[in-house]
Amino acid sequence: MQEYANQIHRCFRCGYCTFPTDYSYFNCPSYRRFRFESYSTGGRLWLTYAWVKGEIEWSEHLAEILYSCTTCKNCVEQCPMKFASDIVEWIVGARSDMVEKSKIPLEVGRFFEAVQVYGNPLKLPGSERGAWADGTKRYESGDEYLFYVGCLGSYDENGQRMARSLAELLKEAEISFGILGSEEKCCGNEVYMLGEMGLFQLLAEKNIQKFKEHGVRKIVTLSPHAYNAMKNNYLKFGADFEVYHYTQLLYDLAKKNTIKFSQNQAKVTYQDPCFLGRYNKIYDEPRQILQGIPGIELVEMERNREDSFCCGGGSGNFVMDLLAGGEESPGRVRVREAYETGADTLAVACPSCMIMFMDAAKEEGLEDRLSIKDVAQIVKESLLLEQTT
Amino acid sequence: MSDIYEALVEIVGKDYVSNQKEERYFYGRDPGLMKPHEPDYVVMPRTTEEIQEIVRLANKEKTPVVPKGAGLSLTGLVIPQKGGIVLDMKRMERILELNEKARYVIVEGGTTHGVLKSYLQKHYPSLRHSMPDSPPIATVVANAVIHGQGRLTQQRGFNSDMVSGLEVVLPTGEICRIGSCSVSPYWFSKGPPLPDLTGLFLGWFGTTGIITKLGLKLYPCKKIRDVMLFLTDRAELVPDIMLKLGHTEMMEDIVVSTQPIPLRFKGNFFILVFMTGDSDEEIEFKRKMAWDTLWEYFDSRDGGFVSITPDMKTPMMAMPSKDTTRFADVRKGGGFEYSGPIAPVEKYPDFVKKLEELASNYNLSYASAARVIDGGHCMMFSFSYTFNRADPDEMDRAKKALDEAAEFSLDQGGVIWKPNIDEQKMMMARMDPNTLRLMGKIKELLDPNGIMNPGNWEAK
Ligand SMILES: Cc1cc2nc3c(=O)[nH]c(=O)nc-3n(C[C@H](O)[C@H](O)[C@H](O)COP(=O)(O)OP(=O)(O)OC[C@H]3O[C@@H](n4cnc5c(N)ncnc54)[C@H](O)[C@@H]3O)c2cc1C
Ligand code: SF4
Ligand code: SF4
Repeated sequence: MQEYANQIHRCFRCGYCTFPTDYSYFNCPSYRRFRFESYSTGGRLWLTYAWVKGEIEWSEHLAEILYSCTTCKNCVEQCPMKFASDIVEWIVGARSDMVEKSKIPLEVGRFFEAVQVYGNPLKLPGSERGAWADGTKRYESGDEYLFYVGCLGSYDENGQRMARSLAELLKEAEISFGILGSEEKCCGNEVYMLGEMGLFQLLAEKNIQKFKEHGVRKIVTLSPHAYNAMKNNYLKFGADFEVYHYTQLLYDLAKKNTIKFSQNQAKVTYQDPCFLGRYNKIYDEPRQILQGIPGIELVEMERNREDSFCCGGGSGNFVMDLLAGGEESPGRVRVREAYETGADTLAVACPSCMIMFMDAAKEEGLEDRLSIKDVAQIVKESLLLEQTT
Repeated sequence: MSDIYEALVEIVGKDYVSNQKEERYFYGRDPGLMKPHEPDYVVMPRTTEEIQEIVRLANKEKTPVVPKGAGLSLTGLVIPQKGGIVLDMKRMERILELNEKARYVIVEGGTTHGVLKSYLQKHYPSLRHSMPDSPPIATVVANAVIHGQGRLTQQRGFNSDMVSGLEVVLPTGEICRIGSCSVSPYWFSKGPPLPDLTGLFLGWFGTTGIITKLGLKLYPCKKIRDVMLFLTDRAELVPDIMLKLGHTEMMEDIVVSTQPIPLRFKGNFFILVFMTGDSDEEIEFKRKMAWDTLWEYFDSRDGGFVSITPDMKTPMMAMPSKDTTRFADVRKGGGFEYSGPIAPVEKYPDFVKKLEELASNYNLSYASAARVIDGGHCMMFSFSYTFNRADPDEMDRAKKALDEAAEFSLDQGGVIWKPNIDEQKMMMARMDPNTLRLMGKIKELLDPNGIMNPGNWEAK
């Protein structure tokens, strides 16, 4: 058992963690979806403690409860106790105990297996990892940035659209960069959150080694998940790279006038990705990029920034989708909320949010009324023509 | 699968019924110190009609039904003492109607205080309700059912006094409206000028029916809110200070707290005086009234107002007060419970002495907050002890201290607030026998099969 086991009894099951700051409605995606208190943060922690103490046995249902947390960190933001910042680590710790005992939901096992065998959770061949990137060059020593594309950016149709937009923008801005193509491997963020620490270490070490072999100094990631893993969780394995999320880079380019915008008439609302916002406190840059585009009106959803509502895709759920089913699945809740702002576009900065919302918008029948676009795509569409030619 | 399970699925849908171990475990206990007991089923109804059907089924099967809000009363009132069905009411969460001119709101049986507060702030910023300091997931109905107190209690009485109507599913399945709403479309009065039948449901801990709608009076929400802090180290002065502040009829809320940690706090009584106003002048005037009222204690060097830094002020002003919840983990143990007698304010010094004595006898960390009720007719005094959930011995000591505190409060003429099943028995043992018989008759009449939250208020 790990450290969490000696701490987890400290949860009072008071429920603060289920809300956003203004208490307007439930903000823990898994509680919102299932509504049994067992699926709230307090429920998860009390049940885990009961399991640690031997008061309940492991069961599929217990594992399902533990794994339906998207690790969105709303609870970390809202819990009034001193241990608040540790809550997700406790959940991850309990998961890793379940992994060690091989007691995990089937879907989670499949996720690990896919990453182990294929290097990605989508079970697609490693050789095709760079197939999206027609014309984007491989990273060479001396390039300023490694563009780390990630699994969704490499394989998912919508993720690929994001990756292409960003690659084109970077080229436009004459940034020297390259990708690893088929040499790229899963970042491991989800593997970490799902508690497979051995596999995470393996991925982190392999990635770090590869980056070092190539002489990489700076990394720009498409996904906030990869950004989080590389910036925070690779450190203990010897990572010494500068890591940026692409919105930081675009913000910088716009600020320096390296990219300039023409008109783009749209009413846009923005989804804060958990791994960018609550995990890494990047709230302003994406907004400032959007606000800098003439004609774009940025409107906020009621829950935003620290109070943002997760898309439901975290912790590997963009593949496993343990919170799917019905109107209360987080993605569907969130697209409804986006639509209610009167926006015609829901801007995302994360491929996981992108795919969750694309599906959700279809299920809600909103696909014709709410476009889901990534910030890079919006920026690309808004570039002054002379830049895009 | 049992027939009852299948029948429940038929009523609310399979996503909202569980008989799995995990839900039974979690819903079989609360954060306090009462012994757990698991339900057989946990059900989350959405409509009054679903509740009617569940109650009919429960009568047929002679199985208990226990309505639950957030389970934060801490005294085990939602622990299903005899198993059966726990109804988690929180899917009945809507705010159904707000009458701005008659100043009331109608909420469903599981609407939380947090959601109501947020809704009022956003849509009716000039109206407010009496927010308790319980975590925001606490439900409005359950808080009224246990006669809770909130930020307006000093001025307006118990939160249950602010109820303006009920819709109840009786233990036999009928839907019944109580108050003006029984004869009118308006929910402005819980009783007067009719017989006040809310007394059949409020204070009964769900043993006489399930409240599915509740009308709640709203009050002016002034533009500015402020707090002053008066400090004294003489407990015997506290009752008069409370009464004098109450006498001004100008204070929003008066709360006296005491705690030994950090050490420099020990032996001091912190009197928080909240006030509201629509202008700086109004606030200033009220501040001056508080100053003038307590000036004599400053003169005699028995106390004085303490300046409050912005850092101190933010948590003091928060509604609900997160600090109250934080007490659970001051010693990294994750638990606290309080015995909260309602008693005349004059009992404050004796209660404080007992609070400290019990803490010392049982080697526990303590705190207390006393809230003045209705201008000073009485107060709620909390004997709060923290405990470590991973230390069964400390949990046992905390329980013993609370049991003793309850006995002591009764001996002192207090009445125990939200009593656990043992404290209910203590009170019933002391109760006027005819009152007890009346309670028994009411219960028998309303709930002939004894299905509602059995174990509670068993007035035999
Ligand atoms: C940190 C902390 C601070 C607190 N501060 C305050 C405070 O300032 N003021 C205060 O009043 N309380 C306070 N409390 C106590 C308690 O949390 C509140 O009174 C709270 O409102 C109880 O609501 P609940 O939903 O948790 O009730 P529960 O514990 O779920 O239920 C209480 C009772 O109501 C019954 N019930 C629930 N729903 C229904 C229904 N629909 N119909 C019929 N019966 C029903 C239950 O069976 C039970 O008997 C505090 C508690 C904590 C932990
Ligand atoms: S995690 Fe924190 S906020 Fe959530 S129930 Fe536990 S103590 Fe309360
Ligand atoms: S991390 Fe998110 S999903 Fe997980 S318990 Fe906390 S609030 Fe709920």
